Amino acid sequence: MKLYEIAHSRAGDKGNTLTLALIPYKESDYPTLCEKVTVAKVKNHLHEIVWGDIVRYELPNIASLLFVCHNALLGGVTTSLAMDTHGKTLSYALLEMEI
Amino acid sequence: MKDKIRIGCGAGFSGDRLDPAIVLAQKGKLDYLVLECLAERTIALAQKRKMKDPSKGYDPLLERRIESLLPILVKNKVKLITNMGAAHPTEGARTIISIAKKMKLQIKVAAVEGDDVFEKLDTSALAIETKAPLKNSGELISANAYLGVEGILKGLQDGADIVITGRVADPSLFLAPMIHEFGWSTTNYDLMGKGTVIGHLLECAGHITGGYFADPVKKPVEGLHHLGHPFADVGNDGSAIISKVEGTGGVVNLQTVKEQLLYEVINPFEYLTPDVAADFTSVKVKQLGKDQVEVTGGHGKARPDTYKVSVGYKAFCLGEGEISYAGQSAMERAKLAAEIITNRFADGMILSDYPITDIRIDYVGVSAIHRTDFKTSRSPYEIRLRVAGKARTLEDAALIGEEVEALYTNGPAAGGGVRKLVNEVVGIVSTLMDRTQTEARVTLFES
Repeated sequence: MKLYEIAHSRAGDKGNTLTLALIPYKESDYPTLCEKVTVAKVKNHLHEIVWGDIVRYELPNIASLLFVCHNALLGGVTTSLAMDTHGKTLSYALLEMEI
Repeated sequence: MKDKIRIGCGAGFSGDRLDPAIVLAQKGKLDYLVLECLAERTIALAQKRKMKDPSKGYDPLLERRIESLLPILVKNKVKLITNMGAAHPTEGARTIISIAKKMKLQIKVAAVEGDDVFEKLDTSALAIETKAPLKNSGELISANAYLGVEGILKGLQDGADIVITGRVADPSLFLAPMIHEFGWSTTNYDLMGKGTVIGHLLECAGHITGGYFADPVKKPVEGLHHLGHPFADVGNDGSAIISKVEGTGGVVNLQTVKEQLLYEVINPFEYLTPDVAADFTSVKVKQLGKDQVEVTGGHGKARPDTYKVSVGYKAFCLGEGEISYAGQSAMERAKLAAEIITNRFADGMILSDYPITDIRIDYVGVSAIHRTDFKTSRSPYEIRLRVAGKARTLEDAALIGEEVEALYTNGPAAGGGVRKLVNEVVGIVSTLMDRTQTEARVTLFES
């Protein structure tokens, strides 16, 4: 199953850092996400996109995870040659992950 | 002192739609309307416009937004706070005053300056991103400190109907009216934290009402063509109910609020603004009714001693060219086209004054956006080849598009739909500056 089936995501950018919020549709799926969507697995899944460290924050109050991905935007929104300089589309790259 | 105010956000970036703010001002029963129109690079581009024409440098849509809003704001007694001053807040204020005079409306406008620290910038200071001196980035063209609530507060205390600023931290645009109306102390960091959470939730406007969210398969949203922008009913305890005008499109639910709470957050324990180090991890959300979400919690610690400063520099000239192939062997022909272009650059057949570097090849429809296709996709029916590169001059940058265009008659079969583009790219790096180095200055204008 792809993450897309049980969770939604929003991408944000700060310089060359990409943020990916991961939010289960059902709050009862939050522990599963915590268990299955580890930093190591996300790093492996996004290895062609994220070149730096990934930090995962757990937010149990809102049953959500936040992945802060460094060196992920080809230099950042202002000087990247990519089409999507902000990385706004990358939430759906995370949701491609198989769990 | 009030115990509840309503703040709406009618624009979340410079190019945002004009009509949602009008709907908010007309039907939102607002106390304050905020228009957030300054992205990281917007102010550097505004600085370039000001250098060309000293009567410019404020947001290019200022006149259109104000002309459509001003009579409604005056009629409904809604105060406006906006960062549309960009690189020239006083000229923005004068422009608003002249529109008000033409409409025979009496208003007071406060312009907040002090964010422009270009003259004070230590160009040997290290850029946060590169860890190298700022001056190594290239020719510097702008430096703007993210100011906090102080200038806006002063403007409101002076009785301004409209406060127009340059660079101010986005949540401060919302926090300032809360402090003003509720009499909060700016050293009550828990309240500063709660107010900053609310500001952060509202600042991207349609982001919390279903924009940047809708997915017809998993997250359907009705009425995006008339998306309502949000407002918050903020209590003097720092809690809020996020909602939107009845009858507008979009949705406010736990999903939209959670997505926006974490948007662009680098550390949810310490979301730094010039007003507070806000803690987002204690925020709680609850659906109260249709399109009504209550937000409580959020804390804060003392604000940083430094301002974050965005420094704009001339980075490079971007050249781009695109061409499409479709049908059988579309991918193979696109790949041949890319090979032809890269070979011509490698063989020195493209005569530029300075070297063109960082040639980037994208196959639009396959791997241009995520830089990978996760090995899942088949070859699509049509492919668009995009070639981009960095040049020192616009003339050189244009060569990239010209090379792609020449594929019409010198390249693979059936290439069509060429588009060419050149652009002078302004880069942004950041640095920190001691708070004692600058402070907000407020100038009042009356019609």
